[in-house]
Amino acid sequence: MSGNRLKGELKALEGDNAVAEAMRQINPDVVAAYPITPQTEIVMTFSEFVANGLVDTEFLAVESEHAALSACIGAALAGARALTATCGPGLALMWEMLWIASSWRLPIIMNVVNRAFSSPLNILCSHDDAMGSRDAGWIQLYAESQQEAYDNTLQAVRIAEHPDILLPVMCCLDGFVLGHTLEPVEVLPDEVVKEWAGTYNPCYSLLDIDHPVTYGAADFTDYYFEHKRPQWEAMERAPKVILDIGEEFGKVTGRYYHLVDSYRLDDADVAVVVLGATSGAVRVAVDRLRKNGIKAGMLKLRCFRPFPAQQVVQALQGKKAVAILERVAFFGAEASPVFLEVATAFYLRGVSTKLINYTYGLGGRDTVPGQICGVFQDLIDITQTGKTEPIFRYLGLRDF
Amino acid sequence: MSDRLRGKMPEKGWKELPIRGLIIEPGNSVNYETGSWRALRPIINLEKCPHCMFCWLFCPDGSIIVKNSQVTGVDLRYCKGCGICAVECPRQVITMVEEAEVAKETNVW
Ligand code: SF4
Ligand code: SF4
Repeated sequence: MSGNRLKGELKALEGDNAVAEAMRQINPDVVAAYPITPQTEIVMTFSEFVANGLVDTEFLAVESEHAALSACIGAALAGARALTATCGPGLALMWEMLWIASSWRLPIIMNVVNRAFSSPLNILCSHDDAMGSRDAGWIQLYAESQQEAYDNTLQAVRIAEHPDILLPVMCCLDGFVLGHTLEPVEVLPDEVVKEWAGTYNPCYSLLDIDHPVTYGAADFTDYYFEHKRPQWEAMERAPKVILDIGEEFGKVTGRYYHLVDSYRLDDADVAVVVLGATSGAVRVAVDRLRKNGIKAGMLKLRCFRPFPAQQVVQALQGKKAVAILERVAFFGAEASPVFLEVATAFYLRGVSTKLINYTYGLGGRDTVPGQICGVFQDLIDITQTGKTEPIFRYLGLRDF
Repeated sequence: MSDRLRGKMPEKGWKELPIRGLIIEPGNSVNYETGSWRALRPIINLEKCPHCMFCWLFCPDGSIIVKNSQVTGVDLRYCKGCGICAVECPRQVITMVEEAEVAKETNVW
């Protein structure tokens, strides 16, 4: 950490409020949102900022999430900096517009306060929502803490609007676990964020009546394919930009951000891969095991889209056994999404490590360090027996 | 794909295209020959046509050719065969004919 780093004001904030605070400081042109638990506090708090005249934002209380993202898309096409937030079913209702936002290369920022899908009815945390939309062309960042939720939102603006990228960014934070719990968050001075965020200079704008262009023309067999191709290009350019901005943010705040984050991993024999709030529990488990002489480590994925394959393999190769923990109930594949990415990345680089996959914490179920220690014990067993079956496992399920 | 099906506009590669599928040059639809879409061809019986201009007014592609205030025919580069002109013609002097039939008669294909 640099010595002359900026000290922000330490505030006790729930994750949702930390995000709302970041949005207030960004002072976007447009926020269109529909309240839904556990994201409600973001919208509620932000609408208070609007009512109290603390922002210049045009706030649209729309009739649905489909409308929320549609309004953001319209605003972004008009050259506005547009932000929104949602979760679970709200994200599902946005589905069609997710793809339009990304293929129109609109730098919209959306916080997703992860919530499980019904049924049974549940408002608590699973990552089904964001993970389900992983291929919609959005960049996806996951926060471990309230601080990271705040920091990710600030960085997302710069990432999304970077001329090499121009993609929407989804900033994910675990519903309730981060969204509704208080933690100290270092909030930057308003003027620092103002300078950090700068002004958005759209490359085309609907409101630029001196240079009219046609938006949304139909595209059939002749051009659709060619018009999709640049989206891959933008995604491929994203890792460098995310790293550069994470570095620049570090220089301002002392908090440096990367694509992945390692914890006591270098000399580890066994490792857990995780994203989101559960990273905290894994850190505690790693510390406990290290005290007992077990070489445990963690790899946290901060960025899931684009998937940082190179960094993941680099960090994990040579480990004797690796468990990938995922908070999703996805059906039909051999394993869950992160596992599939990691396994593919390994295979394509000719790296072979024993991998297992756990689904955990569905519908908000707590996952505590003791359980993670159990995962590490399973990994140690694998290093001794060489047997990985079953590959797909359930953590914290009453399995009877 | 044959040139006829593609229209005459030279096809650009993805690196040459503006972001977002935007069309940034105004009026370039003239380069996009929608006539390639046509399955039915409007044939106007000009002997019975009093040049009321309904077809000209309703045609969504501006494909009715008018010279000196007289309808003289259909611009087949753009006519996509929607049949609106035939429906709107108050004298019902426009007949929609299968392209395949026209081709047989005229040996176009
Ligand atoms: S068929 Fe349709 S496109 Fe062709 S001339 Fe008639 S109205 Fe115009
Ligand atoms: S609508 Fe019919 S009658 Fe009128 S100008 Fe066209 S072809 Fe002639």
